[in-house]
Amino acid sequence: MSVAPVELDQPKSSEDTTPAMPWVAIVWNDPVNLMSYVTYVFQQVFGYSRKKAERLMMDVHHKGKAVVAAGAREEMERDVEILHGYGLWATVRHDS
Amino acid sequence: MSEPEGQEDLQLAGSGFRRVRGGGATARFAPAEAILLRNLVGQVAELVGGESLAEDRPPGAQPGAGEPAGAGDSPGAGGRPPAGEEAIVTDSSQLEAMFALSDSATPPDDPALARLLPDAYPDDPAAAGEFRRYTESGLRSGKVAAARTVLDTLPEDGGRVRLSADQAQAWLRSLNDIRLALGVRLEVTEDRDAMLERASQGGSQAAGLWIYDWLTLLQETLVEALW
Repeated sequence: MSVAPVELDQPKSSEDTTPAMPWVAIVWNDPVNLMSYVTYVFQQVFGYSRKKAERLMMDVHHKGKAVVAAGAREEMERDVEILHGYGLWATVRHDS
Repeated sequence: MSEPEGQEDLQLAGSGFRRVRGGGATARFAPAEAILLRNLVGQVAELVGGESLAEDRPPGAQPGAGEPAGAGDSPGAGGRPPAGEEAIVTDSSQLEAMFALSDSATPPDDPALARLLPDAYPDDPAAAGEFRRYTESGLRSGKVAAARTVLDTLPEDGGRVRLSADQAQAWLRSLNDIRLALGVRLEVTEDRDAMLERASQGGSQAAGLWIYDWLTLLQETLVEALW
């Protein structure tokens, strides 16, 4: 299963001295969230094109999960917090 | 995820939301639908906020306290449900008994609440706890605020609802929160046909499943209206 990060933002914190091992935000499939709604949320939260948002949504739907963003830990936590606000099942993971 | 299809066989609603010029959305709610939705919104707000929005509930729809449900289920007061095989349950005590959304305490104890306030680090309890400490309060208050927007914009006796773009966003989140909570309670799967089959067979969860499907239509049409 391909879980390639869709964005390769580098950590922005000047205190982050560890070499680029980006953290990722993952969205998991669930039986309730609508395919249209998930696509819409990806566009709203990340500013993705509809095409890109739909591709990520289909990854979530078919593969059970998808990496929706990558970057510094703080950024990923912020993204996941926002996704939780929309009711998506999102988690943070170190992409080791 | 689920993909609603064949919405024409829904039992509850008309056509759901549609776009309005300049952003936002509009929909019409029958009185019984308004009572039902306000009740569910209030239950979810209570579940995530730990506080009652009961003062926002329509008169006669207060929960518990041994009060008769009053206007909620008396003929003529709440209006007749729309045509359909299943009558809409508008008695608030019945609705609360059906889903028991408000009877929870902490996330680990209640799967519905755990779904609304998920762990950010499923394999790292320490990091999950830390994340929760910093974010959960805001997450809860955001959900309660969205619920409050729904209650503020949905007339107690139904009718035409006109939402600004911001209000529509709150509705979208709130409808999703309700569906998440009900989805856990009703153990829904991605297979809508199976769910409708289960609903059509009656049983204790039939009404809940019809309501869930109605909420799905509302949310789906609202997404489309805002795109």
